[in-house]
Amino acid sequence: MYDGGKILIGLAIFLCILASPLVYNTVMGKASFVPEPKVPGQEQRCVMSTPFMRSEHMKLLNTWRDEVIRQDKRLYETADGRVYDMSLTKTCMKCHESKAQFCDQCHNYVGVTPYCWDCHTYPKEK
Amino acid sequence: MGFNRREFLRIAGIGTLLGVGGKSVAGALSGDSGRASLSLQGERNPNALVGKRWAMVYDFRKCSERIRREGRCNECAAACHQVHNVPDFRNPKDEIKWIWSETYEHAFPGQEHEYLSEELEGKPFMVMCNHCENPPCVRVCPTKATFKRPDGIVMMDYHRCIGCRFCMAGCPFGSRSFNWRDPRGKDKDGRPFIARTNPEYPTRMRGVVEKCTFCAERLAVGKMPACVEACPEKALVFGDLEDPDSEVRALLRSNFTIRRKAELGTGPQVYYIV
Repeated sequence: MYDGGKILIGLAIFLCILASPLVYNTVMGKASFVPEPKVPGQEQRCVMSTPFMRSEHMKLLNTWRDEVIRQDKRLYETADGRVYDMSLTKTCMKCHESKAQFCDQCHNYVGVTPYCWDCHTYPKEK
Repeated sequence: MGFNRREFLRIAGIGTLLGVGGKSVAGALSGDSGRASLSLQGERNPNALVGKRWAMVYDFRKCSERIRREGRCNECAAACHQVHNVPDFRNPKDEIKWIWSETYEHAFPGQEHEYLSEELEGKPFMVMCNHCENPPCVRVCPTKATFKRPDGIVMMDYHRCIGCRFCMAGCPFGSRSFNWRDPRGKDKDGRPFIARTNPEYPTRMRGVVEKCTFCAERLAVGKMPACVEACPEKALVFGDLEDPDSEVRALLRSNFTIRRKAELGTGPQVYYIV
């Protein structure tokens, strides 16, 4: 290999630059950032259990959407008999009042931009 | 190559068996648990208005009587557009309309002539989606974003609309409007296109088609459509055609009614008493 030493040094510098943001965040302690969505104060129980909602809320919302529009069924009864209006704005956002402090927390963290809010309204941020 | 037909068939057969068997085993092992726990069915609101064939009867005489008396009459359209967050883009080319006013000649082409009576000539009729028996918009929609419900309402699922506008080309009544601009935006003077947003109802986004839904969301909680409720003259009557005792059937029995472009065979379900 011609100029092998120079190439290897160049590669090493390139890798250092590439890794610098990761190293910086690890050293500054930002790498272990965990989003903290604000849970509502008054209402303790969600439509489903917290672990389920955490991983499957998008599926639940899709099911709700299809039931409401396609089947015209708008009430949802949970396993323990509570009945909810299947509505993002009228049910979810009644407790989770702040989109910025709840939805956006995790969505920003994982880098997803769901298009719910292109049409559905959310309460004004205080 | 020592690979004759017999060997090929044997290997292919074994491969197929393994493939079919493997798939079913994999399916049984993975078992989509998320979906299983979501199979809970929704229910209807017990107060919901339920019909077999929803229809509207519009009494032009009451409407025109009020216009003659007070000069104007647009409570129905104002209420509808307020409730459903219908944007006003202040440009007829971009106009979004769910219920709007059309002259007799434009509403009923082919039924006009040179010597029309004064009561009809150039007089405004309220028109809206006819919720056709055989809706051409539904037939042409490539994504099934628009579909006909069993009770006759031609519904829109904005989530699925890709904005191709086939439905607008298919609809002979101009009942569908395309959002060329973002309904949540503002015009040059900074005025929002939706003056007052109704927080109970979603807006639309740029690039979808929208239309009258006979207030499906209001029927579901036991309310009459917004236009019917808003009309001070009770000129708009909504009801179930399959129910012989309904108000719409009584009106259709006792009055001469016409429909818009019935000759096209789409079966419009908005009836006009002239």
